[in-house]
Amino acid sequence: MSAFRIGTGAGFSADRLEPAVDLVEQGRLDAIVLECLGERTVAFAHRDRMSDPKRGYNALLDRRMRALLPACRKAGTVMITNMGAANPSAAAERTLAIARDLGLKGLKVACIEGDDVSALVPKDEPFMDEPGTLADVRMPVVGMNAYLGIDAIVPALQAEADIVIGGRLADPSMFLAPLAHRFGWDAMDAARIGAGTLVGHLMECGMQVTGGYFADPGVKDVPNLAQCGYPIAEVQADGSAVITKLDNTGGCVTTATVKEQLLYEVHDPTRYLTPDVTADFSRVEVVAAGPDRVRVSNASGTTRPASLKVTVGFDGGFQGEAGVSYAGPAAQERGQMAAEIVRQRMARLDGKVDLRVDLIGASSLFATAGLRATDAQDVRLHVALRSPNREDAELLLWEVESLLCCGPAGGGGFRGAIVPCVITKSVLIPRERVKPTLNVLIA
Amino acid sequence: MNAPGHNAPRIVRDIAHARAGDKGNTSNVNVWAYDPADYELLKHALTVERIKQTFPQLVRGKVTRYELPHLCGLNFVMQDALEGGVNRSLNLDSHGKSWSYLILGLALDDEERG
Repeated sequence: MSAFRIGTGAGFSADRLEPAVDLVEQGRLDAIVLECLGERTVAFAHRDRMSDPKRGYNALLDRRMRALLPACRKAGTVMITNMGAANPSAAAERTLAIARDLGLKGLKVACIEGDDVSALVPKDEPFMDEPGTLADVRMPVVGMNAYLGIDAIVPALQAEADIVIGGRLADPSMFLAPLAHRFGWDAMDAARIGAGTLVGHLMECGMQVTGGYFADPGVKDVPNLAQCGYPIAEVQADGSAVITKLDNTGGCVTTATVKEQLLYEVHDPTRYLTPDVTADFSRVEVVAAGPDRVRVSNASGTTRPASLKVTVGFDGGFQGEAGVSYAGPAAQERGQMAAEIVRQRMARLDGKVDLRVDLIGASSLFATAGLRATDAQDVRLHVALRSPNREDAELLLWEVESLLCCGPAGGGGFRGAIVPCVITKSVLIPRERVKPTLNVLIA
Repeated sequence: MNAPGHNAPRIVRDIAHARAGDKGNTSNVNVWAYDPADYELLKHALTVERIKQTFPQLVRGKVTRYELPHLCGLNFVMQDALEGGVNRSLNLDSHGKSWSYLILGLALDDEERG
């Protein structure tokens, strides 16, 4: 049996589009996956849906579908995506309308639902990975989504869908499903399901395996990162695969890029949990197999978990952020003085909100790690707080902006913004309680 | 790879590369020796105890080091190491994506350790 060619067309909600079009047009792909959902993305999508029942899906869906649907139809490439986020049916309807608008008559759009389990989870369900229960969180719930695996996705492929749209489809499962469908893998064949899960895991973050998020000048150089290409996996019936990319794109596929992705967001390499399997990546072989070609094999797995992970999103109030910059002689001292002044002027909120004060250029990302510069010449005061009350965030912006007239000398470049926040927690649900549904629409 | 200057202290970045990821309030950083000959040095330099002792305010929970010797890799899983995680942290990098460079910036040679 020939290799199954599967590509990635997005590795997160805001990922690039142009290289995805190139990949579908030139990659001779059997399938392309657009992975567009994180825990917080889905919670924000629920908020969007609450404000407008027609929204709640990926904000870039229109652009992506308009660019990719004609190319997918021409190449015979199936698209699988979780761009449906908190509203898969609206996303599927919208995709159908775009397909009709583009004259793609007969295009089959499958919509997978059933991941919204908010009616099924007890209000005092204990957290999966920390003490306490849902009842301990004194914030409004915005949504609860179970991670769906291949048992939810394969039926859409059996129905010969061209486009498969869901909400909380698990990232690696979107890659594994077409592999299991093509090669006839049994869902209980943990060895092959584990191997296919490795392919999905390596591919799910898109260009993170082709040189994206990798370059470090002088030690890890990446050619033409600006034109970095999305990855292709050429997968064999035994689950082994070659990770590669289009020849005419930037980036690189090396054993180093593959290894960094191998354990990305993995804890115990012998126990990577997905809805489909407990995957074992601890003995994976990663071998160079030509320019921009890396062969991966020897992943395995054991029984799939009896429960599915559920992400619960809460309305987390507001985050305010504001900053002013200082440069030149004693910039760091002046910035530090500004920081103390803001702390004093914000003291009226002491004990009510957490205030964080950083001096970008001297000490910010690594402040808690204890690392700081001593004579930075170009620094930015950055102050942040989170509060259920928008007024607290507004006060922060006011107090930082006012430094322009009554702070240290030479400050400039005030910016401030207030954004809504979400909080996410994880619980478990017995898998038999989750009932995925399938609805196929035809353009 | 650029050779370090004559007296420049060698750091982990000189022999290894890394990527950080987050799950809740747990950070994981995978670290890979470029040259298998440096893997033992990497393991010697990056012990669980050293990570905990170097960043006591940041890395507050249990640290586990997983080893993938055939790929010359280490995977550090650091609990309670993200200032509350993306839900609570007001760090500009609330995911701790830059923690990889916290590890890569550590000195390699014993006399350079602080």
